Amino acid sequence: MDFIISLFDFALSRQDRVIEGLVQHTGYVVSVLVTAGVLAVVTGTLTRRNQLAKELSLSIASVFLTIPSLALFVIFIPFVGLGFAPSFIALLLYSLLPILRNTITGLDGIDNGVLESAKGMGLSPIQVLTKVQLPLAWPVILAGVRVSSMLIVGLAALATLVAGGGLGDFIKSGLARLPLPNSLESIWLGTLLCLVLAVVIDLILQALRVATISKGIR
Amino acid sequence: MSDVLIRLENIVKSYGAGLEPAVRNLDLEVQRGEVLVLVGPSGCGKSTTLRLINRLIEPTSGRIIIDGEDVTSVNPSELRRKIGYVIQQVGLFPHRTIAENIATVPNLLGWDKKKIAARVDELLELVSMDPDTYRDRYPKELSGGQAQRVGVARALAADPDVLLMDEPFGAIDPITRDRLQNEFLRLQQDVKKTIVFVTHDIDEAIKMGNRIAILREGSEIAQLDTPEAILAHPADEFVESFLGSGAILKGLTLKKVSDTELHQVPILRQPVMREDALKELQDSPDQVGILLDSNDKPLRWIDEKALNRTSQPIERSGRPVTVDLQPEDTLQDAITVMLQSSAGMACVTDRRGKYLGCTTIESLAKLIMSDG
Repeated sequence: MDFIISLFDFALSRQDRVIEGLVQHTGYVVSVLVTAGVLAVVTGTLTRRNQLAKELSLSIASVFLTIPSLALFVIFIPFVGLGFAPSFIALLLYSLLPILRNTITGLDGIDNGVLESAKGMGLSPIQVLTKVQLPLAWPVILAGVRVSSMLIVGLAALATLVAGGGLGDFIKSGLARLPLPNSLESIWLGTLLCLVLAVVIDLILQALRVATISKGIR
Repeated sequence: MSDVLIRLENIVKSYGAGLEPAVRNLDLEVQRGEVLVLVGPSGCGKSTTLRLINRLIEPTSGRIIIDGEDVTSVNPSELRRKIGYVIQQVGLFPHRTIAENIATVPNLLGWDKKKIAARVDELLELVSMDPDTYRDRYPKELSGGQAQRVGVARALAADPDVLLMDEPFGAIDPITRDRLQNEFLRLQQDVKKTIVFVTHDIDEAIKMGNRIAILREGSEIAQLDTPEAILAHPADEFVESFLGSGAILKGLTLKKVSDTELHQVPILRQPVMREDALKELQDSPDQVGILLDSNDKPLRWIDEKALNRTSQPIERSGRPVTVDLQPEDTLQDAITVMLQSSAGMACVTDRRGKYLGCTTIESLAKLIMSDG
């Protein structure tokens, strides 16, 4: 009980740091999700007719996930310096696979008859893609975005290692000061805020799902 | 009526140097306003041939001429907007409402909203679906038969001259299929489209086609003629074996009850005097008479035995008339009804159920014989 009270005191006494951490963390999630989403959908779309290209892009995206996260944040420092950039790149590489895989699955899963009739009615290849394929694959793509968003919220805490800010700052400073007063509070605060952020983002994506997916395929 | 709308000239489709071509030097003409059925065993290239017309498959060589214009080199998407296309899987867009599905081509052509909405309602009516009920539904809420109705409506949306149909009723249960075929024939009488129809079912071909092209491998035409002529004079063994046994029975779907001479059995009209009725039956060569109500609606088959059984009121003796035929029903329907009927004949009524006469096995036989 004492710990919970002191955790609250700790949070209230550092409100501006909390807000700053939340903003930075959310910044990572949003910028990475948007970029990864666009990249993955474009890649999935471009490779949709070529089995080899499809497999290759999936393999590459999978390889990124096998790089130890501790290293991935650091290895880009020689090229882009410290701060936002190396963290953004690392998170981007991690978040590609779920969205790419779901884009490919979603596009592959469309009924052949639907595509045949779309073509047969005179939709151009671009129209088939934008009016039929992507809308029908969208629920699956969005599911991939949700997986990636959870991944990013957790991993963005590592940005602090390369001076990238975010909620990881609380965890790192707590770790550094263990077992001094307020060190555990700091770690808890960082962790809890990550959880809250994850829940909020998931709710937003859920709302996006309801708003953007046609009733006919929900 | 002999003006050619679609002409395929020396079409070849080959998928590689070493392989047998899927379509080998095909020449085919489709007349304006006719239903031409392409029928053949699976793998004979009939679907390929159909898809060559709207260039979903590009020919290796040869020319396709539609309405005097060589379409082999025009923009394929623009060409397809002018040709209705119906396929077995229907392929409605699941994320669009029924109205949006039907409006696909008009939207591509940039019609204005009001005109599109009116057209959608008109088409739903045309395929016997209530616009208010179905307009805003999604494809997943439809049965297979309803989905294909919408498929047909969608293909007709921009009023194309040509309709290509690839086994449109192939995935539908037999009862619904029969109904859809009949509806479609009625619809075709109104819209008078030029239709190329692919099926592997010879019975469907005979029922739907003004002319039938029986294809063998490589989309080679084994015989191209009216259903009557093909049934009467198959060109070769291949056609004969494809028609299968019972060509005469198949021919029955081509004839209507109205083609036969109706037979008149003794008529007993309510209220019936037993004595008079008995006398009338005895005087007639027929074993049975038919009991009509005061509106001339057939009720029961009555024979002598039934008349003699005085313990029963007359409207409960004899056997009930369960099904009746109408003049536009096919002779195949007539045979089915006759075989089910206890009297060995089937009674024919007009659309309002008024008794006209009976068809008998003899009148059918006479009609078939007269055809040779």
